[in-house]
Amino acid sequence: MTTTLDAAANWGRTRAMWPVLFGLACCAIEMMSTQASHYDMSRFGMELMRASPRQSDLMIVAGRVSRKMAPVVRRLYDQMPAPKWVIAMGDCASCGGVFNNYAILQGVDEIVPVDIYVAGCPPRPEQLMHGILMLHEKVQQETLTDWSTWPFLRKPEAAE
Amino acid sequence: MADPQAVASTIKEKFPEAVVEIVEFRGEVTVVVTPESLLDVARFCYETEGLEFNHMADLAAVDYWPEEPRFAVNYVLRSMTHRHLIRLKVYLPDAKPVVDSVTGIWAGANWPEREAWDMFGIKFEGHPNPRRILMPFDWTGHPQRKDYPQGYEEVQFSFNYDRVQAKKPHPEE
Amino acid sequence: MTLSPYQLTHATEIETDNETVEIALEQLRGLVSNDAFTGDTMLLNMGPQHPSTHGVLRLMLELDGEEIVHCLPDIGFLHTGIEKNMEAKTYEKALVMTDRLDYLNNLGNNLTYCMAIEKIAELDVPLRAQYVRVMLTELQRISSHLIWLGTHVLDLGATSLFLYTFREREHILDIFEACSGQRMMTNYFRPGGLWRDLPEGFEKMVRDFLAYMPGKIDDYERILTKNPIFIERTKNIGLIPVEKAINWNLTGPALRGSGVNFDIRKAYPYSGYDHFEFDIPLGSNGDVYDRYLIRMEEMRQSLRIAKQALDNLPDGPFRSDNRKYVPPPRSELGTSMEAVIHHFKLWTEGFKLPKGEVYVATESPKGELGVYLVSDGGTNPWRVHFRTPSFVNLQSLGWVSEGYMVSDLVGIIGSIDIVLGDCDR
Repeated sequence: MTTTLDAAANWGRTRAMWPVLFGLACCAIEMMSTQASHYDMSRFGMELMRASPRQSDLMIVAGRVSRKMAPVVRRLYDQMPAPKWVIAMGDCASCGGVFNNYAILQGVDEIVPVDIYVAGCPPRPEQLMHGILMLHEKVQQETLTDWSTWPFLRKPEAAE
Repeated sequence: MADPQAVASTIKEKFPEAVVEIVEFRGEVTVVVTPESLLDVARFCYETEGLEFNHMADLAAVDYWPEEPRFAVNYVLRSMTHRHLIRLKVYLPDAKPVVDSVTGIWAGANWPEREAWDMFGIKFEGHPNPRRILMPFDWTGHPQRKDYPQGYEEVQFSFNYDRVQAKKPHPEE
Repeated sequence: MTLSPYQLTHATEIETDNETVEIALEQLRGLVSNDAFTGDTMLLNMGPQHPSTHGVLRLMLELDGEEIVHCLPDIGFLHTGIEKNMEAKTYEKALVMTDRLDYLNNLGNNLTYCMAIEKIAELDVPLRAQYVRVMLTELQRISSHLIWLGTHVLDLGATSLFLYTFREREHILDIFEACSGQRMMTNYFRPGGLWRDLPEGFEKMVRDFLAYMPGKIDDYERILTKNPIFIERTKNIGLIPVEKAINWNLTGPALRGSGVNFDIRKAYPYSGYDHFEFDIPLGSNGDVYDRYLIRMEEMRQSLRIAKQALDNLPDGPFRSDNRKYVPPPRSELGTSMEAVIHHFKLWTEGFKLPKGEVYVATESPKGELGVYLVSDGGTNPWRVHFRTPSFVNLQSLGWVSEGYMVSDLVGIIGSIDIVLGDCDR
């Protein structure tokens, strides 16, 4: 019975995952292109980009995260209610990208746990959509107890 | 459109002891002045009939470490009425990188001067708002100086994967 | 604990949030009026993550009800250290990083940096390369203005135009992708000319676009220009008087909106712009509506320039053949020993520029983009400084928005047209 409940919950979560409006730099323009009519993201239920993190479940970190912006990113991540997922879009969010210097975080996974990394500088809209679909597949594998707030229900998480 | 060389000679006639040298390179004329006289020369450029440099195109600082004098601040001035361009340059020593602020003359020098302070540590006296602009307000050091490190992180290949992974911060959930 | 800005060395542990807030508040003393500290006016943080700020811009607003008393922009959230990072790379490797400055004007950034290198090295650029550069830069200008239009009117409320402008932009991105392989970070202009010659089918793509676009611009004007809601939200908002515009070093449509006829393409022509005929639209009032009209007209003029460049495109080499700076084509490597030596030197250590410094300015869609390049005779640039239009234009936001309401502020930011990558570098 729990498996159908899992499947139903995951079906609901993937079909209408709302991203928080979080475009930082150049990748944000490609994210907006993915949103626009040529490569349409609303066929996945995502045409609604919520400005407030409290009403969204997906954070697509699109662009380079500088050291001044890092506490802001973390605070936004903390403000999102569980279940929440993070896609690191682009090279700068995945690993620092072209910029290996004092001002840029070498990958946003230094501050938030990332589920999917999408490579590219900037990634084409099709690449981003592939990343989103891969995230949907990942979410389909989850169970209800993964996001439960009762500690004894959670499975021990494997260290990433 | 007045010739930049003529403009440079006018400045040199008016301020003979302030102008250190006049350099011409690839068609651009640079007038090097002493830091103490910068404000007078700038005001002269702004007000004089025939010069009227009412637009400051650029304010850039350069670090020549380890040569002395260490810093240089360039002001690229442009005239909207006469369409000529000239560059004023001041050299500042390492021990005392202080120069007068030109925000009284061109108000748009506000943020470029803050950036020069933030990145190089050059003080501008008389600036209305001397705070850091690009780095966080509690950052120490001036990043674009030549003795400030680039801040590289070692590139993570498969042979040094674990070593780099151990040094990177990782969040708990 | 007040921090003197010149002694930041002892600002170490900032433990609690309260302390951070106090320090931050203390720094505002003198910048906002005393009413904020007594509570008569409200301090509102329009934070870095906001749908209308076009990127990561933080605005500290001091509000008296709905009206803005002071507006303090806080930038630096996208500071990438590009200028310092370029000092560690050779000239041609550093060219890759210039795309990422103003990420809506990639080709324009490439062009300005290449022109600076060419000026110091005294490289001649063949006429074909100059015309192609002009054509592609004007297409880039149209693409940048399209995004400006989409996001500006999205903030003001007209949400469907956003989708139309992005649809048009896809055509331009297809053209860029055919030339260079990349939609946005094209890296197509190199010192001496272009990376490689134009692809087959390029002319047909551009002609189709030039035929299709004017109808679309007419569509946008039909929706917006006489629209009473749009006029109500933009007329007499964000007035910039002429004297202040020049004194605050504004450039681009923000300056031309107030009536100053200054466009670098006409005043200091570069890359063959003096061979083309085009007009510079000027405004009269200096309000948001004028700047909107100027940018719409600039799009039409860009189409005109691109058409002239395409009609008169000469044949010839697409890159200079000065082998000290430009790598030889592969066909020469089999026959000439000198070509192999040049190839080797360029690929291992890169070319060296003579010692000196130049300042080169071009007209980007946002204003004057300048590159100040200092060379010390080595293979890496000693100092590259970008005079970016968004950085210099944004400092005026403080006084332009005083007296207007918060909803007008959104329109003003859109009309000044900032891109935070350009601003923070």
